Amino acid sequence: MSAQTEAQTEDVTTEHQSLGTVFSDYRTRVRGGDVGALPALAGVVVLAIVFTILSGNDFTNAYNFSNLILQGSAITVFAMGLVFVLLLGEIDLSAGYTGGVCAAFVGKLMNDHGFNWVPALLGGIVLGALVGLVIGLLVSRLGVPSFVVTLAFFLALQGILLLMTGAGGTIPYRDSHILAIMNKNMPLWLGWTFAAVTVAAFAALGFTRRLARARAGLPTPTLLVWALKSVAFTVVVIAATAYLSKERSRNVFLASLKGVPIVIVIVAGLLVFLTFLLTRTAWGRHVYAVGGNAEAARRAGINVSRVRISCFMMCSALAAVGGVLLASRTNSVNPTTGGTDTLLFAVGAAVIGGTSLFGGKGRVLDALLGAAVIAIITNGMTLQGQPQGRVYMITGLVLLLAASVDAVSRRRAAATGRV
Amino acid sequence: MTATQTEPRPAATDEPILSLRGIEKSFGAVHVLRNVDLDVRLGQVTALVGDNGAGKSTLIKGVAGIHGFDRGEYLFEGKPVTVHNPRDANDLGIEVVYQDLALCDNLDVVHNMYLGRELTSSGLLDEATMETRARETLNGLSVRTLQSVRTPVASLSGGQRQTVAIARSVLWNSRIVILDEPTAALGVAQTEQVLALVRRLADKGLAVVLISHNMNDVMQVADDIAVLYLGTMVAQVKTSEVTHNQVVELITAGQTSDGKFGTKGADA
Repeated sequence: MSAQTEAQTEDVTTEHQSLGTVFSDYRTRVRGGDVGALPALAGVVVLAIVFTILSGNDFTNAYNFSNLILQGSAITVFAMGLVFVLLLGEIDLSAGYTGGVCAAFVGKLMNDHGFNWVPALLGGIVLGALVGLVIGLLVSRLGVPSFVVTLAFFLALQGILLLMTGAGGTIPYRDSHILAIMNKNMPLWLGWTFAAVTVAAFAALGFTRRLARARAGLPTPTLLVWALKSVAFTVVVIAATAYLSKERSRNVFLASLKGVPIVIVIVAGLLVFLTFLLTRTAWGRHVYAVGGNAEAARRAGINVSRVRISCFMMCSALAAVGGVLLASRTNSVNPTTGGTDTLLFAVGAAVIGGTSLFGGKGRVLDALLGAAVIAIITNGMTLQGQPQGRVYMITGLVLLLAASVDAVSRRRAAATGRV
Repeated sequence: MTATQTEPRPAATDEPILSLRGIEKSFGAVHVLRNVDLDVRLGQVTALVGDNGAGKSTLIKGVAGIHGFDRGEYLFEGKPVTVHNPRDANDLGIEVVYQDLALCDNLDVVHNMYLGRELTSSGLLDEATMETRARETLNGLSVRTLQSVRTPVASLSGGQRQTVAIARSVLWNSRIVILDEPTAALGVAQTEQVLALVRRLADKGLAVVLISHNMNDVMQVADDIAVLYLGTMVAQVKTSEVTHNQVVELITAGQTSDGKFGTKGADA
C-alpha cells in the first residue's frame, strides 16, 4: 500500500505543466462546456470589427473610444453589483432605482446640507447598503422571493426618486470632483503611471501566486504561461493608454481633450477589489457555496442568510456608485436616473459576460466584458444613425444569444460532467 | 436500566469511544427510540442496520447533535457529554457523511473539503496549504481514483463524490465517522472502492459507524453489527459470530429463530 501511495505522490506532483499541457487542458475545458469569458470576448472583437468596417474612423477614433468607455462604465458598475446577487441565484430588479435614489441623496446632501463631496458620496453608498440590508432581510429571513421583493422596491424607489426630484425636475450636481469622474481625464503622466502600476501589479501578482504554489510543491504551469499572459496584458494596457493619450478634441484651441478618463480608475479599482473579495476570501468562497448548494453550505456551518444579506448589500451599495456615475455624466439627477433600461442592461451585461442566472457561476470580470458588448452595440449603431428601436432589438438579440450559449454550454457541461 | 439488557456483548477490544445507554426519543406521540444502547469502538466498523422506520436516522441525528435525545446517557470516552448542536459533535470529533453528501457541485475538490472551515493566512484563503493537505489526506486514504483535486465536484462519478465527502470528514482529526448509506447509489466497482475506503478508515484507527441496507456490504466490512428493530436495539454482535440469515431475522423479526440473539419487543 505504501508503494502505491508513493507512486501516487509522484503522480500528482508533476512539477511543471508545459505550455502544451496548459493549452490542451484549456481546450478540453472549453469543449466540455466551460467556455468562461470566450463568448463575450469574441462578441467584443466581432462587434468591433463589424462597426469598424461599417463606420470606419467614426467608430475607431480616440474620441469615440473614450466615449465608449464613459457609456459603458455606469452599466459595468451596476452589473458588478448584480453579479453578487446572481451568484446566489437571486435577482435584484431594484438596483437601477436604488442607484437613482442614492445619487439624488448625494446631490441633496451636497446642495441642501452643504456636505463635502466625500462624506456625501459615502452617505450615498451607506444608503445603498441599507436598502440592500432591508431587501436581504426580507429575502433571507422572511423567505419572500427576491424577484417579488425587488420588484416592490423597484416601484417604491421609483416613487421616492420622483418625489425627491419633483416631476420633471432635476437635482443638479455642482461639485467639480464628482463631475470630474465622468467628464475629466487624468493628466498624461498620471495616466501612464496608472498604466505602469496596473501592468506591474498584474505581473507581480501572477508571479507570486505561481511561486507560492511551486514552493508548496503543487503542480505549476511553466513560467512561459505567466510570461505570455503578462505580455498580452501589458500590450493591451499600453495600446489603450497610448490611444487615450492622443488629442481627441475636435477643436484643440477651444479645449484640449486627452488622457485616460478618470472613471477607468474607479472601474479598474472595483474590478480588482471585488474580484479579490470573491476569489481570495472565505466570504467569497461562501458566496459561491451558497449559490451552488445552499443546503450543503448550511450544513458546513456557513451562515447562509448572512451571506445572502451581504450580497444584496453589496449589490445595492455598488448600485449607489453606479447611480452617482450616471448623475456625474448628465450633471444632474432626474426622475429617470437609473431607470428605463439601466437595470436591464446591467443584468444583460452580467449574463452576456457569462454569469449564470441559476447561481454559483460568475465573475466580476463578466460584468465588464458584458457591458463592453452592450456599449459597443449602442455606440456603433447610434453612429450608423440607426433608430433607438433597432438598437434595442439588436441588444435583445445578443442577450438571447448569450443566454443560449450559456444554456448550450450548460448542457454540454452536464454531458461531460462539468459545471 | 441498562442492566436488564440481555443481548450478548462481544468481548470489547478496548473501551468504547462512544457509548449510548438507555436512549429514549419521541416525536410527539410517536415513540421512535426505546431504551437504546450502542457502543462504538476505535479501529472498528460498527454497522447500524434495521428496516425502514426502525429509528436509524433518528439515532444518528441525535449523535450528530441535530436533535437531542429525550432521555439516556451519551458517553464519550467514558465521560458523559452533552451535544446540543452539530458544532458540539464536531468538536468531539464526530463527523457525519449524509446520504446526499452535501457537496457544492460548482466548487472543486479542495474547496469542498474545506467548505465552511477554510484555512486563511492574514485574512486570505491559503489555497496552497489547503491543496497540499487535501492531497495528503487523499493519499493517506490511498485514493487513486481522483485525477486532479482542482476539478469541480460536478465532473466526478458517484464513487468519487462519496470519496470526497468521506475524505472531508477525516480531514479534521475526527475520531468517529458516521456514514449514511454510502453505497446506496453506487455500481459494483464503485461500491468495492468505497467499502475498501471504509475499511481503511477503521484500520487507521477511526471509529466508523456504517448505516446500510445492503447485507453483503455489512457482512463484508463491519466488525460489529447493531440491529435496530422498531426503535429498540435488539442486538449488537460481532460480525464473526452471526450469519447473514441471523442478521436478516433480527432486522425483520427482532430475534433469530433459534432464539440465540435478540429479544423481541426489547426487555424491560
